[in-house]
Amino acid sequence: MTDQPNYSNWQLTLLVVLRILIGWHFLYEGLSKLLNPDWSSVAFLLDSKGFLSSFFYSFASNPDILRIVDFLNIWGLILIGLGLILGLFSRISIIAGIVLLGMYYLSHPPFIGYTFAVPTEGSYLWINKNLIEMTALAVLLAFPTWQQIGVDRFIFKKKYS
Amino acid sequence: MNDSNKNESSGISRRDVVKGLATVPVLGAFVYAFYRKRKYTKQLRNSILENINLSVDEQEIPEITSSGEKIRLGIIGFGIRGPQIAKAVGFLHPEDVEAMKQAAAANSGDTRYQEFIEQPNLNVEITAVCDIFTVYAKRAREAAANIERKGKDFESSNMPVVYDDFRELLADNNVDAVIIATPDHWHAPMAIAAAKAGKHIYCEKPMSWSVEETFELRKAVKEAGVVFQLGHQGRQTVAYKKAREVIDNHVIGNVNLIEVTTNRNTPNGAWVYPIHPQASPDTIDWPKFIGQAPWHDFSLERFFRWRCWWDYSTGLSGDLLTHEYDAMNQIMELGIPDSAVSSGGIYHFKDGRTVPDVLHTVFEFDEYDLTMIYSATLASSKDRGKVLMGHDGYMEVGNTLTVYADRDSTQYREKLNQGIINPSIPILSYVPGKKSIDAVTSATEQYFAGRGLVYTYRGGKRVDTTHLHIKEWIDCIRTGDTPSCNIDQGFEEAITAHMGTISYREGRRVHWDRENEKIL
Repeated sequence: MTDQPNYSNWQLTLLVVLRILIGWHFLYEGLSKLLNPDWSSVAFLLDSKGFLSSFFYSFASNPDILRIVDFLNIWGLILIGLGLILGLFSRISIIAGIVLLGMYYLSHPPFIGYTFAVPTEGSYLWINKNLIEMTALAVLLAFPTWQQIGVDRFIFKKKYS
Repeated sequence: MNDSNKNESSGISRRDVVKGLATVPVLGAFVYAFYRKRKYTKQLRNSILENINLSVDEQEIPEITSSGEKIRLGIIGFGIRGPQIAKAVGFLHPEDVEAMKQAAAANSGDTRYQEFIEQPNLNVEITAVCDIFTVYAKRAREAAANIERKGKDFESSNMPVVYDDFRELLADNNVDAVIIATPDHWHAPMAIAAAKAGKHIYCEKPMSWSVEETFELRKAVKEAGVVFQLGHQGRQTVAYKKAREVIDNHVIGNVNLIEVTTNRNTPNGAWVYPIHPQASPDTIDWPKFIGQAPWHDFSLERFFRWRCWWDYSTGLSGDLLTHEYDAMNQIMELGIPDSAVSSGGIYHFKDGRTVPDVLHTVFEFDEYDLTMIYSATLASSKDRGKVLMGHDGYMEVGNTLTVYADRDSTQYREKLNQGIINPSIPILSYVPGKKSIDAVTSATEQYFAGRGLVYTYRGGKRVDTTHLHIKEWIDCIRTGDTPSCNIDQGFEEAITAHMGTISYREGRRVHWDRENEKIL
């Protein structure tokens, strides 16, 4: 990791654009929940299906746990979004984003035979947009850009120069 | 990282600053877009909600007026509804408590046990119980003695007196108030006797089985001055209270048509209840069951499934229309209709019953210029809900409440033309447990609301409406106030149901003579 990857301008630009777009999406999801006093993850959690559903139900079983889950989700989304856009603490932001999207995916897996109350705007079989966004984040992890474009550049500069 | 004075040699260049902060302007764009979006949403909400003065306060559960002496209750009838009411009062048979406890242990999502344990104490005791089936009487006694809400560790103490004749229970000086949960044909005779004995009354719906006894009961309750509550626990449903505000604020304009429905499709829903294995002429006091009804030889079917026979039942009208009607009477204060016409038949449950399993009744309310249709089937569960239709919009009422503007509304014409109001998106929606009334609700929330998922676990508590309804009655006994479903609303409920029944049975339209209080 000490060598900065040698991307062409096109490669670097597109990777950074992808990072910003995903960051924007996270940031808005987080802020819109933060500013809606009625928002709660309870309905989403209770709508869970599949082999991990009882794990997600347990988040909703107790108002105190639910409050913590809501808090972590909202601030997780906001901080990950800011991290991706600014290129700040990028590695940890990307990893956290993958974990969060993984949970969304596993709570509502688009498997054959499952139907959910939460409306979807498309048609999915095994693969849905959560999984694709998660994989896109994994790509960003494999092709780091923050050492070049992003606040992390200053950190890496000190560390490796 | 240790060497912090490095920026002279490998210092941060201008190039570093540009590249390091290159994406910061994106945040500026984000803030701008976010501001625009918020402004748009706020404008939309304000323009829809303007002129609609709906309170956005969450209905609080009123404090318990539990001070003072314990109120001593007697329960008459402990079949299906009796135990449910006793539970709402705070008394459940130890076996039932244990079953809930184990269900909760097996599934952490099952909160019934916790909710029952946390249900507020109403400062009452059950001093007497009465049932003419010995098995039920025994269960009633054990439930009533379960003051501590215990399961299998229950130890009997303080057992109430068991009567097999309700007249003896009513003569008991240790009873201040009675709960009547018997078959329909016993409601009024028992309630009349209770009023005459000076006991406060919580009576299950329908209030009466015949027209004559409806008048007698009203007279008896008014003369005795006892606190009477009819068992329409829907009076406590918050969405109905909000629906009333919607009507009062003319949000949907003049209501001209109301459609209420019953949609059931199970034997239980069609009153084919299980027959208890210990039931026999030895354990059931059959003549006491028959009472004023025409004599019939002992019949387990008639005893357990009495709702299927006119001799003891009021059919769909009394059992299920009354709930729907009372909801509308609560929302619009409709009173007794001017006329009723019914039709229907026994189309699915050809099991010897005399009451119809499909019924339609059309009620006219001349003063309000509106029709209410009751449409019921016991053999299809297609959910049709309750809908109030007005010139400017329509409202669907259930546990949640949703209001849509009508595409041809006069009141909303301008906003419809401007595209501010979309007839396919609710202009108002209310979900209990949420803090506010929403003018713009996301599709996701609509889905969840419709499926009753939103309010189940939020805010910590789900509340049993029957508990609230009983509590209101108990509070009124202590304070002398009038309960929400008192003898006058009960009178309106009973007469309305009887009009529907008479029309069906006699095959003619019936009218209500308001001046002389007579069904013609």
